[in-house]
Amino acid sequence: MSSPTAGPAIEVAGLRKSYRSKAGEQLVLDGVDLVVPAGTVTALLGPNGAGKTTAVGVLTTLLAADAGTVRVAGHDVARDPDAVRASIGVTGQITAVDELLTGAENLRLMAELNHLGRVAGRRRTAELLERFDLAEAGAKPVATYSGGMKRKLDLAMTLVGSPSVVFLDEPTTGLDPRSRRTLWDEVRALVAGGTTILLTTQYLEEADQLADSVAVLHAGRIVAEGTPAELKAVHDAGSLDDVFLALTEPPTHDDTDTTKETVR
Amino acid sequence: MTTLATLAPVTTRPRPVADVLTMLRRSLLRAVRYPGLTVFLVAGPLVMLVLFVYVFGGAFGVGVAPGVTPGADGRAAYLDYITPTLLVITIVGGATSVATSAAMDAAGGIMARFKTMAISSGSVLSGMVLGFVVQALAALVLVLGAAVAMGYRPDADALDWVALLGLFILLGLALNWLCVAMGLNARSVETASNAPMILLLLPFLGSGFVPVETMPTAVRWFAEHQPFTPIIETVRGLLAGNPDNSTAMLAVGWCLVIGVAGYAWARSLYRRERRI
Repeated sequence: MSSPTAGPAIEVAGLRKSYRSKAGEQLVLDGVDLVVPAGTVTALLGPNGAGKTTAVGVLTTLLAADAGTVRVAGHDVARDPDAVRASIGVTGQITAVDELLTGAENLRLMAELNHLGRVAGRRRTAELLERFDLAEAGAKPVATYSGGMKRKLDLAMTLVGSPSVVFLDEPTTGLDPRSRRTLWDEVRALVAGGTTILLTTQYLEEADQLADSVAVLHAGRIVAEGTPAELKAVHDAGSLDDVFLALTEPPTHDDTDTTKETVR
Repeated sequence: MTTLATLAPVTTRPRPVADVLTMLRRSLLRAVRYPGLTVFLVAGPLVMLVLFVYVFGGAFGVGVAPGVTPGADGRAAYLDYITPTLLVITIVGGATSVATSAAMDAAGGIMARFKTMAISSGSVLSGMVLGFVVQALAALVLVLGAAVAMGYRPDADALDWVALLGLFILLGLALNWLCVAMGLNARSVETASNAPMILLLLPFLGSGFVPVETMPTAVRWFAEHQPFTPIIETVRGLLAGNPDNSTAMLAVGWCLVIGVAGYAWARSLYRRERRI
């Protein structure tokens, strides 16, 4: 169900979001602009607390924006959240599987919620179990799975409804290198099939490997955007690591430019 | 606006009934996979039944049925008196576990996943509530069966049984909605069942185990005005075949108030933004 949308898959303009609590108001997103063309992978890169997960929360209808417009798969997230939900798949930071059910039951649950119908649901379940190397484990309770297997099932569940836009929030955190490679291959296969992917990651190699475009989020703003090669060239850096470190200097060091130079 | 016309057709047509049934199936499947919880639902009331009848019953029976002699007659009278109470407690026990279940879903990622899917928003909690009502009804049959095996003989006619079933379903829905809200409101999975535990105390502070007339004034006032007293009295009346209409109306009224309040609270907690 890759949607032949004429416009970009994700359009974010002037997105602001703060959390209110007893301690006061904390601004997390301070005017984020972002465009993700259909059929591409964009990596949202940033240090802990930069607002990556909050941004994904707004884009996936979990959080309401305070200001700005957000369109996903052509639909406004605030005005038409259900149309957005019908077009997206989300793999969040916390693995979202039912541990008491088996892998196959988890996938069938998703098939039923996507209203695929019994036969199509079973076919899709078998196909995804096969694709994620879980065919053998499919009949076992998820509680017995390893972390990597749970994460693979998590992604498989996200894909049951054949979403046109997929959000992956730090999908490979805590995975061993082999599981990470498997997920990367899967992301590449999805994009080859026309799916749009927004990925958040702290792993710069991941962005370098997968992303057509990288947006660096720091202190609630996008501070740089471009292809990995462009970012490296502009910042005269050998790796995305250097770009990341230069762009996301903790604010307390802002006034000591000379120190910054020597650190680099 | 031309771009909208070229969008792939997305099935956003809501299918609430199908979604609730799917979630109900999930809830029941979880119950089958984790039978410990259902066993706990039945074991609690069973232990109380045996303890209260065979240990305390010989003496307590004298207090609930005037003219009864201590010993075997007392035990029989007390079995009559507390079987309705333990059926109500079985429903309450089920509701305390729905709180844990709701808190687990909210703490894990799966509730967030459901929220990002185009499903009927009420189906996630409704399926859970219905699943636990079904479990509680199954537990009721087992507890009632045990009471009958111990010598309990209800005098209810067919209509009384239908009314009982209706009241138990209504009570189950009411308490489960309230406890789902308590579970969503809890700070952690570990503390999710704390608030509902208070509900388990209420039958003791009512006409559940001894007649309210025997209590000191303040406790008696509370006992006479709290919801569990009319609920237990209605169950007692229906099982004895002589229900009192005004008590039954009060019981149904309380269930509706608790249910509507619990539902509204649960819905608003479900829609509340969780900081992520």
